[in-house]
Amino acid sequence: MSIPGVDGFMYPNEVELQWSVLIVLYPYITGLVAGAFILASLERVFKVEAVRPTYRLALLTALAFLLVAPLPLQLHLGHPERSFEMYLTPHRSSAMAMFGFVYLWYLTVVLLVEIWLEYRAEIVQLAQSTTGPKRWIYRALTLGSHNISPEARRVDDKVGYAVTVIGIPSAFLLHGYVGFIFGSVKANPWWSTPLMPVVFLFSAMVSGIALVMVLYVVLMKMRKTAIDMRCLDTIARYLFYTFVIDFSLEMLDLVHRTYESDESFRSLDFMVHTRLWASHVILQICLGTLVPLALLAANQFWKFSEAKRKVMYMTAGGLTLVGIFAMRWNVVIGGQLFSKSFLGYTSYKVQIATREGLLSAIVLMLLPFAIFLVLAKLLPPWQEAKAHEA
Amino acid sequence: MDISRRDLFKIGGKLLVLASAGATLEQITGAEAPGEAYRMADHWWGMIIDIDKCLGCGNCVRACSKENDVPQGYFRTWVERYQIEEGKQPHVESPDGAIDGFPPLTRADLKSFYVPKLCNHCAESPCVQVCPVGATFVSPDGVVLVDETYCLGCRYCVQACPYGCRYLHPKKETVDKCTLCYHRITKGLTTACCESCPTGARLLVDFKNPKDPVHEILRTNKVQVLKPYMATEAKVYYENLDGAVR
Repeated sequence: MSIPGVDGFMYPNEVELQWSVLIVLYPYITGLVAGAFILASLERVFKVEAVRPTYRLALLTALAFLLVAPLPLQLHLGHPERSFEMYLTPHRSSAMAMFGFVYLWYLTVVLLVEIWLEYRAEIVQLAQSTTGPKRWIYRALTLGSHNISPEARRVDDKVGYAVTVIGIPSAFLLHGYVGFIFGSVKANPWWSTPLMPVVFLFSAMVSGIALVMVLYVVLMKMRKTAIDMRCLDTIARYLFYTFVIDFSLEMLDLVHRTYESDESFRSLDFMVHTRLWASHVILQICLGTLVPLALLAANQFWKFSEAKRKVMYMTAGGLTLVGIFAMRWNVVIGGQLFSKSFLGYTSYKVQIATREGLLSAIVLMLLPFAIFLVLAKLLPPWQEAKAHEA
Repeated sequence: MDISRRDLFKIGGKLLVLASAGATLEQITGAEAPGEAYRMADHWWGMIIDIDKCLGCGNCVRACSKENDVPQGYFRTWVERYQIEEGKQPHVESPDGAIDGFPPLTRADLKSFYVPKLCNHCAESPCVQVCPVGATFVSPDGVVLVDETYCLGCRYCVQACPYGCRYLHPKKETVDKCTLCYHRITKGLTTACCESCPTGARLLVDFKNPKDPVHEILRTNKVQVLKPYMATEAKVYYENLDGAVR
């Protein structure tokens, strides 16, 4: 007597997967936030002037995605109306309980403050130059602070710098923490590794940098504005560096598991060679890692024409985003496909039009882009790019 | 107290009828359940399961399902059948959690045995550790419970349980699991699964009761818990457990 979709033996309650595609989106989206912020901090803290045209773009991208980050979790919960209890009565031993606080810290103390300080002078000017409802919005956004004297701007800059300095470890915390949620589950050998937070962190940086790079090129094309190739080359170089570290860490994990070959290894190895073959080996490792790494590496050794570089970077960026999504999928879904008895495997069928189905996931992935467009309309990130070109 | 011969016959008759129906001492005697007198601090509950006594009849699964209104397709307890051939991976099955027992064995030459499973009511429970709001907890008498009015339904505890004992209740949308029939044991009754077991393979035990047979069993038998390397301080002990069992 066999159960559809199940091979071998699963504990009876394991047949149904508990964490769906929405939980795949959760680390994917928070990773994009952390990565975009790290890219922004390259310019602000590490003085990588070349990436200045993407500074504001990266900040707005991080904000747009951060606003959406809790939504997949809310949709997933059996009782979303009780989620506020995590703030009121957090269970201190739970790795998950701190998410709300880490999230709020990152949103309010880091991102909103940094964006506000960055845009403050323009907000004050817009509050005076615009009319109608827009004027009211900008007036509200000034928070009553209208002083944009050079002295006040210097203070803004200093505080902004300090916030970014705090923001870097905060971004690390945000995504390293998400990695810890998985890495600390000792019952699950696919997840349980101290490397998980570090791998999550570097993959976050890779995905965030790739997203801003792709977004920058697409937006410049849409606006018919020239792409700053020095900026693009620099971003691609940093993407390459972080990708090398990320890939090395993932390979270290793989080598370690293979060499140790503990009780779970045979089961996990079988899973990778069967149910996860397409998403893990083909999508994540080959298409999502080796191809973009080769494209980015080629640019470190040879000089290609501008047009070719653009195509190579866009291909590398797009594949990277797919690859990191596949990585999140393989962690979250892969971690539930095998039995904790190591004697069998179940399967995951993505539902379409349910609360946790594919349509919800698509909407949640499109939502940050819609929010970004609104934010970009309200707080244009282009001014700086133009200034740089000038 | 004077009891007439007529009364004695009446009580004796009652005892005979109720005992044959599997009634408990309280039901038989008509005594009040000791619910109010129950002191959590006086108990530390667990279970001892003797693999050699389990027949795989599924009585325990049916009794649990009925007693606790367990939704179809989910299991607070289940029974697994292991068939082991030398040098091969064990063949394990648990059709519908063995709620209807098992089909006959196809090969008589293999080592085979039945393993009843349930929540291990771990003292160092990983499910309790990970719950973000503390909706799941270890009661002072050692039973891992879920407060369904507080559970978010995030299912982190389901992921954290090494034994696959938890599920999301499809109607309540909160996590559900074995309560060790808490509503019964606090009234001096045993669990539904223990009560229904025809061979006494499952035995509810109270580690804090010095007169409980558990102490003698632990003293005179070789016992084991599932996945001891998980260090969860599981309180469901197994006698005659084969090393192949996961």
